[in-house]
Amino acid sequence: MSKDNKLSKIFLNGVITENPTFRLVLGTCPTMAVTTSALNGLGMGAAATFVLIGSNTVISLLRKFIPDRVRIPAFIVVICTFVTMIQLIMQAYLPSLYAALGIFIPLIVVNCIILARAEAFASKNPVLDSAVDGLGMGVGFTLALTLIGAVRELLGNGSLFGVNILGESYQPMLLAVLASGGFLTFGLMLGVFNAIMNKIRLKRIREEAR
Amino acid sequence: MSLRLSTSPHLRSPHSSTRLMLNVIIALTPAAAFGVYNYGFKALMLILVSMVSAVVSEYLWQRLTNRPVRIKDCSALVTGMILALCVTPEAPWWMLVVGSAFAIIVVKELFGGIGDNFINPALAARAMLLASWPMVMTRHIDIDGVSSATPLAEGAQSQFSYLDLLIGRIPGVIGETCKLAIIVGLVYLIVSRTVTWRIPAFTILSAFVMAWIVGLDPIYHVLSGGIIFAAAFMANDYTTSPMTRGAQIVYASGIGVITIIIRKWGAYPEGATYAVLFMNLLTPLLDRYIPHRVYGHSKREAKN
Amino acid sequence: MLNLLLFMVSCVITNNFIFSRFLGCCPFLGVSNKVETAVSMGIAVTFVMTLASLITYIVYHFVLLPLSLSFMQTIAFILVIAALVQFVEMFLKKASPSLYSALGIYLPLITTNCAVLGVATLNVNNDYNLLYSVLNGCFGGIGFLLAITLMAGVRERLESSKIPECMKGFPISLVTAGLMAMAFMGFNGLVK
Repeated sequence: MSKDNKLSKIFLNGVITENPTFRLVLGTCPTMAVTTSALNGLGMGAAATFVLIGSNTVISLLRKFIPDRVRIPAFIVVICTFVTMIQLIMQAYLPSLYAALGIFIPLIVVNCIILARAEAFASKNPVLDSAVDGLGMGVGFTLALTLIGAVRELLGNGSLFGVNILGESYQPMLLAVLASGGFLTFGLMLGVFNAIMNKIRLKRIREEAR
Repeated sequence: MSLRLSTSPHLRSPHSSTRLMLNVIIALTPAAAFGVYNYGFKALMLILVSMVSAVVSEYLWQRLTNRPVRIKDCSALVTGMILALCVTPEAPWWMLVVGSAFAIIVVKELFGGIGDNFINPALAARAMLLASWPMVMTRHIDIDGVSSATPLAEGAQSQFSYLDLLIGRIPGVIGETCKLAIIVGLVYLIVSRTVTWRIPAFTILSAFVMAWIVGLDPIYHVLSGGIIFAAAFMANDYTTSPMTRGAQIVYASGIGVITIIIRKWGAYPEGATYAVLFMNLLTPLLDRYIPHRVYGHSKREAKN
Repeated sequence: MLNLLLFMVSCVITNNFIFSRFLGCCPFLGVSNKVETAVSMGIAVTFVMTLASLITYIVYHFVLLPLSLSFMQTIAFILVIAALVQFVEMFLKKASPSLYSALGIYLPLITTNCAVLGVATLNVNNDYNLLYSVLNGCFGGIGFLLAITLMAGVRERLESSKIPECMKGFPISLVTAGLMAMAFMGFNGLVK
């Protein structure tokens, strides 16, 4: 029971408490670059989740063998292996998604979330915990990217996952799917997210004071 | 359009900001009146919708965030009015609502409200509308209500005489067509000491010179598009333009030069909006790196 | 010659690494508090991007392609870049201590700057020849320098303004960057 509890706590930590996109604001480049549609956001998130789980597991397995001094290059090599794997898999089975995400698939290597989890979690914790941490962070990242993608797709195209939602009479706001719209949407959503978190925190403080 | 509380030469006391804003509204009135005369009731409605929604956005935001409500300084009215004057009379009314809410909330209030925005709100909103709905924003009609190309569109150069351009017998946006009305407004602003002459003059002068250098008809290019309107009402916004003399000259010349570069080589037929926005980005650096003339030094020294 | 000039302009402005390609956003948002540090970071990135374009071109065309190891591209590039950054750091320390102290702390950060790996990958994807690759690196870096300097100028100004609590930090920087990107859109079409 306590084991399950611990794992679910690690998982939820990645999804909510330390959500890599909205709380830690890591990996901002793909967050804005590929979220022109909900599907692209989901695809990018899934690819990053695959790499996170893989690299966390392997690094955790090897944590006793990797010399401290060369650990960063070693981590990068492990991460890179998984990135190359997902890159080849997507190229073979999901060519259209691969084309849409373009250069940002190889760039998962330098996504700070993955290196940060390797350094901060996987290199210090047992295998199962690390894998769950990778999954939680990955799911958190995926949810955030899908959400941003959904908002931008809805505004900029009137659709969600390619299905028209707002009808023919809606005149799409093209800005939302342009580069500038990426920055603006992410910034405004982050502001709204912070405002909600601040409200919740205030409420909690008030209840405790009572 | 707002005041920055600092030792700028424009500023006499913070309480006069309402007065300054009213001056700007008065100066905008000839251009607005000509727009209404030209395009009819629709233009009047767009101007009013834009002004009202700017004020309402500011009021709602300040109430919702528990800030002091400062709609009485009239800066939101000015923003709404300028925005309406630089869109086409063909724009649907809701676009003006979206635009002025964007100008007030995203561009101004999120950065701290009056005096803290780093980019001109009305212009940023215009750029936003242009990027979002390019088809609608570039649909123009002439004074008889027939859709047609603006004087800056390709192939339209020979249709209009200098006189047409000067008095606004051309297709275009609501308030930018009649250069005479804008110049009247600009003269009022300068005479009433709301703005100084330096930024408008150098903007127009540099556009003239640049157009001549790259082989365009300089008179035609100064008189068409939004360069005079931008020089009169956008470039010299207190908050987003530099404060020192040298920096102002560099800033204004940049606007003129970039406008012509965009017209000559860019994808957009008109570049004044983007030229002002781009120079707004440079303003903090210009203020910082172009030295301030210290009192007691001679004028000639400062100019070098 | 004109083509080269247009290519350079497009690298700096219309295809700006930050405002249109979203490469290098982390340092762009993280190291843009002060103009001086932003300029140092921008110069360091330009330097490394130029060198990385040159070296990854050589590695790709003279090692990976002949050995038909092009699927190893990403891993080879990231190792080359890490080694390059290390080497630049050691070289600067010896050759120019003053430059080292100015750029020193930023150099290790550059390994994980996606603009560097990004420019190397873009060069391969677009089949640029050696000259274009190096120019892409150099002028792409200058574009980054321009973006981060403008951003730092604006952010210094924002320090004294009354930004709402929930927008402080990243959110307002992102909105600022969005408005800047919008201003850059005016130059669209400058290069066909």
